[in-house]
Amino acid sequence: MSKTVFVAGVGVISGIGSNTAECLNALENSRAGIDKIKYLQTIHQDTFPVAEVKLSNDELAQLSGFGPGISRTAMLSLIAAREAKNDAGIENFGSLRTGFISANTVGGMDKTEEFFVQFMANPAKGKLRNVVNHECGKVTQLVADELGIKNYVSTISTACSSSANAIMYGARLIKNNILDVVIAGGTDALTRFTLNGFNTLMILDNQYCQPFDANRRGLNLGEGAGYITLVSERIAATLPKQLYCMLSGYCNANDAYHQTASSPDGTGSFMAMEGALKMAGLKPQDIGYINLHGTGTQNNDNSEGTAIKRLFNPHFPKMSSTKSFTGHTLGASAGIEAVFSALSAQQGFIYPNLRFETQIAEHPFAPETSFTQQADLNHVLSNSFGFGGNCSSLIFSKLQA
Amino acid sequence: MYIRSKGNISPQKTFGNVPFLDEVVVHEGNRLSCLTPDYKDIIDPKLIRRMSRVIKMGVASAMACLQDAGVTNPDAIITGTAYGCLDDTGVFLSKMVERGEELLTPTSFIQSTHNTIGAQVALLLHCNNYNNTFVSGGSSFECSLLDAQMLLQEGEAKNVLVGGIDEITDISHSILGRFGLYKQGPVSNIDLYDTHSKGTIAGEGSAFFLLTAEASGNDVAKLDAVNTFYKPATFAEVENQVESFLRAQGLSMYDISLVIAGHNGDAQNDAVYHYLEGSLFNYCNVIRYKHLCGEYPTSSAFALWYAAQIVKTSIIPGGAPITPIKKILVYNHYQNTFHSLMLLSAC
Repeated sequence: MSKTVFVAGVGVISGIGSNTAECLNALENSRAGIDKIKYLQTIHQDTFPVAEVKLSNDELAQLSGFGPGISRTAMLSLIAAREAKNDAGIENFGSLRTGFISANTVGGMDKTEEFFVQFMANPAKGKLRNVVNHECGKVTQLVADELGIKNYVSTISTACSSSANAIMYGARLIKNNILDVVIAGGTDALTRFTLNGFNTLMILDNQYCQPFDANRRGLNLGEGAGYITLVSERIAATLPKQLYCMLSGYCNANDAYHQTASSPDGTGSFMAMEGALKMAGLKPQDIGYINLHGTGTQNNDNSEGTAIKRLFNPHFPKMSSTKSFTGHTLGASAGIEAVFSALSAQQGFIYPNLRFETQIAEHPFAPETSFTQQADLNHVLSNSFGFGGNCSSLIFSKLQA
Repeated sequence: MYIRSKGNISPQKTFGNVPFLDEVVVHEGNRLSCLTPDYKDIIDPKLIRRMSRVIKMGVASAMACLQDAGVTNPDAIITGTAYGCLDDTGVFLSKMVERGEELLTPTSFIQSTHNTIGAQVALLLHCNNYNNTFVSGGSSFECSLLDAQMLLQEGEAKNVLVGGIDEITDISHSILGRFGLYKQGPVSNIDLYDTHSKGTIAGEGSAFFLLTAEASGNDVAKLDAVNTFYKPATFAEVENQVESFLRAQGLSMYDISLVIAGHNGDAQNDAVYHYLEGSLFNYCNVIRYKHLCGEYPTSSAFALWYAAQIVKTSIIPGGAPITPIKKILVYNHYQNTFHSLMLLSAC
C-alpha cells in the first residue's frame, strides 16, 4: 500500500493556452484568456465576456485526433489528459493497473443543444449521433478508450468541485492498492445551457471579473480541461524524470447551507481546508500559497474569505484566483488549478490575481497582484467549492531534495 | 462491510413496511415507472413542492433508509446516477430553445446539477460530512460502493449512505427509444424473458443503503466485495473476471448459493448470461431481476436490494425455496460497457 501519492505528469488546456507551457507563459505575463464570445453561438455574445479555448471545433478535432462531431467536452479532455499521460513518461504504462477518473458537469450538452432544436420541432427528428454521448460518463469513456486505459474508468460530478473529488478518488484508489497510476482531473466545454443557467442566477459579470475585490460583480465562465498523473511510491521510484510534487492532503466536506449559495461563515470551505491540513500533518502557517476558488461572486468570495480568516488568522499565506485568467471552468476548474498548484509546489510560482484594485473591508488580507517565484514555498492549498454545498480542498507539497 | 438498512422506491412494492414482493406488479408497455409513496410522510411538504420527481424519489428513499437504521448524521453521503436530474435538464433545455435564450428562470437549472440529490439529503440532515456523486454510466452505483468501501477501510467513516438513482422522462424515453433500446409492440414485464426479440423495457428507481464497517448484530446482509470491469473483449474474459473476483475472496462457484443476473430480454444483451449459465454458473441457481425494475444504468442498486432481501429472508419471490442461502453473487452488465459483480453473505 502506497502511503504517499506523487504527481508525475500534468496536462492542461484553457482560455490561456492549449498546453501547460502556453498556460504558464500567460500566467507569467499576466495575459488573461477572457474575451468577447467568439465560438459559442448565443444571443449573449456581446453581453458576457468568457474565457473560451481559442480553437474552433474543427481545430480541436484536429488537435485531439477525434473525428468531427464529437463533443467539445471530450476533445478538450483528450488533449489535456494525453498531455498529462505523455508528460509522466511511464514506459510500461500498458502493463500497469491504470485508471482514468474524469469529472465534468455538462457531458455532451453542446451536441445535445444542437439535437434539441430539431427534436423540439419533431420528436422523430434530430441526429442521434448528437445525443449518443450526452451523458457525463460517455465523455470519460471516449477519452479513456483513446488513452488505452481499461482497469478503472469513472466519472464524478459535484458541480464546481468535481475534479477535486476526481483527484481525491484517484489518489485513494492508489493508496488502497487498487491502481498504480491514475490520470485524474476534469473537463467542461462552454455551452448555452451553462451560460444561460448562470445568467438566470444573476452571477455573471458583464465586465472582466475581479475575484476577491471589494467591487467584484460576478464571475466569467470559461472552458477547458486539466489533469494530473498520480502514481504510487513504487511507480514513482521507477520513473527516470523528476516528479512534480506530492499530493499530501485532501478533504471533502459539505456546507449543507443552500443548494447554490455558500454559508456566510464558510462552514464547508473551512472544514475542507482544515481537513486537508490535518491529513497532510500541517499547520495553517505551513501553507505558502492558496490557489483560491475565487469565482468573483459576492457570495463565494465572502464565504471563502471568512473561512480563510477563521483558519489562517494571523498568518495569511499569499493567495490568488487564477480564474481571473481562465474564467470559471466549472467541472474542469479544480483540474486546471491542480496543474497550476502542482507547478507552484514544484517551482515556487505565485500567480497574480488580475485586475485586483480594492481590498474587501472585512478581509485582513489581499490577493497577490504580480507573478513571483519563491524559493521557500513548500505547500500549496487549492480550493474548489460548488453548488450543492460540495467543498473540496487539495494540498500539494514540494518534494524535499 | 455490512448493510444496516435500505430504502427502495421502484416499479414494485418495495418501499416501507411491505411483504417481500409477494406479488409482481405488472406493467404493460416498454416503460416501468416507479410506484411512489406519499412523500408528505417523509419530506417537509414545503420542500416537496420545489422538488422534481427524481429528487423526491432519491430524498425519500435516502431518508427512509436512515430512519430504518436510526442514523441522523451519516459519516458520508454518496450517490450514483448515470443521467442525473433529467427532468430538470429537459425543462431548462426546452425552455432555452423555445424562448431563444430569453426569459429563463433558475429553478430547473439549479436542480439539473447531478449532485442535487446528495446535496438535498445533506441539506435536510445538516450533514457537513463527505459528499460525492458518481455519474459513471452503468458503473455509477458500483463506483459509489467502492468509494464507501474505501472510506470504511480508511477509517474515515463508520457508516456511509450510498444510493443509486435514475429516472425515465418522456423526453429520455423517446430519445433512448429511437436508439432501438426498447421492445416494440405489446409487451409486459412478466413476459420480459420470453419474447426473444430485440430491445428491453425501460426502468427506473432509487435504492439507498446504509453501509457500516462493523456488524451491528441486526444487519440485513454483509456486502463482501464489489468489482467492475470495463468493455471485456470476449465472454471468456467475463468468465475469468468472475472467477478471479471469487478467488480474491477465497471462494469458487461451489460456495455460491444463488446468482442474480442482469438479463434484460434483449437477445444480444443476454448472450453473455446464457454463456455463463452454460459454463461457470452451470450448477448454480440463477435468477433474474429486471422484470421487476426494468433496465437502467443503476439497476444494480435494485439488484443489491433484492439480493440483500433474499439473503436475509431465504425467500426467493415466486421461486422454490433454497435453504440455506449463504452467499449470493450478483452479476450485471449495462450495454456491455460496464460489467459489475457484487458478493453478499448472510449475517
